[in-house]
Amino acid sequence: MSEQAVISEVPGVFYRKPSPDEPVYVEEGQKVKAGETIGLIEVMKNFYEVTAPADGTVKAFKAEEGDVVDAGQEIAVIE
Amino acid sequence: MIKVLKPGLQTTVQDNGRNGYYALGMPPSGAMDKFSFLAANLLVGNDENAAVLEATYLGPELEFQTDAVIAIAGGEFPPKVNGQCVPLWTTLAIREGDVLSFDFVKQGARVYIAVAGGIEVPVKMGSRSTYTLCGIGGFEGRALQKGDVLAIGERTGPSPVEGTAVPVYLRMKFSKSNEIRVVMGLCSYRLTEEARRKFLSIDWTVTPDANRVGYRFKGEPLDFVPRKQPFGAGSDPSNVTDLGYPIGSIQVPSGIEPIALLHDAVTGGGYVTIATIISTDLNKMGQIKSNETVRFVEVTLDEAIEARKELNAKLDEIKQIIS
Repeated sequence: MSEQAVISEVPGVFYRKPSPDEPVYVEEGQKVKAGETIGLIEVMKNFYEVTAPADGTVKAFKAEEGDVVDAGQEIAVIE
Repeated sequence: MIKVLKPGLQTTVQDNGRNGYYALGMPPSGAMDKFSFLAANLLVGNDENAAVLEATYLGPELEFQTDAVIAIAGGEFPPKVNGQCVPLWTTLAIREGDVLSFDFVKQGARVYIAVAGGIEVPVKMGSRSTYTLCGIGGFEGRALQKGDVLAIGERTGPSPVEGTAVPVYLRMKFSKSNEIRVVMGLCSYRLTEEARRKFLSIDWTVTPDANRVGYRFKGEPLDFVPRKQPFGAGSDPSNVTDLGYPIGSIQVPSGIEPIALLHDAVTGGGYVTIATIISTDLNKMGQIKSNETVRFVEVTLDEAIEARKELNAKLDEIKQIIS
């Protein structure tokens, strides 16, 4: 299986949950479809969705809940 | 016409600003980094106040439905035409059907896309700038959305030849740690000596609450001198009787997190404004991203005016090189 990086397109704060008291969008090891939301980046008082670039399984998250991320930074790996 | 294939995160039409209505509570809006805005307009032969596109953090994807002359200046957002890299700070010739897109931002926060003739939107209160909070100006008073089609204005003169460029030494420079010059006041007398020293000596981190309205900073709490609550002022030590907020003014609600008010901000209120960013450094401020740091450096009003002269000399040099 080939691996594909999920890249943050914008700088901001990364979240894996839609809101603090809800479960995470996806767990590591879970299957996702292309375009499915796997996290959010908070930037300029807005939330920008991080979506899966392809169908696959989320192998690992490279950023934790609440991490500050840069544009172009790897957020997760899908295989 | 220009068709918006992808809008980016927040891409708005901006010109030099809606100036003259501040006393009515209408902030000027306009390009956050006027230096790059102006350079982009000069590179396409536009009037200095022509409307451009300002994209923040994520560039748009645009399809040109006509031949055009464009220039892209500001933050390092690597631009591509039909997938091929093209240079920033340079006059570019675009053919009908070409698609302009951008790679992830490398440095800076905002990029300006000027088109010869300007972005044609209705003039509202003397400006084409978008003020999204009131839904005034720009393209329908809002940030661009997928599928929007933008008109290009009539050219007012010839454009510089393709490949004309602003030399590297005259372009904006970016850093993750920045010095921003301020003139202290109007209410810096409310800070304790220690708080004043702290304000000017620590590195303030830009929080994710940073947009065209203002930038919020994280650092250390600042204390205010004890006082008797004046008539008309709120009860918090950071409150004063209402006053006008200069553009670039920095307030510290409850002494917790300083906020620099920028081009789309409220024009007055009841918080102490402890310092004002000099107009020259508002350009740099508009290119600073969340999580980068700022050190505020105190200058006198004379030094601020001197800095403005230096900036204008730099712009004159660009005008000479381009023409």
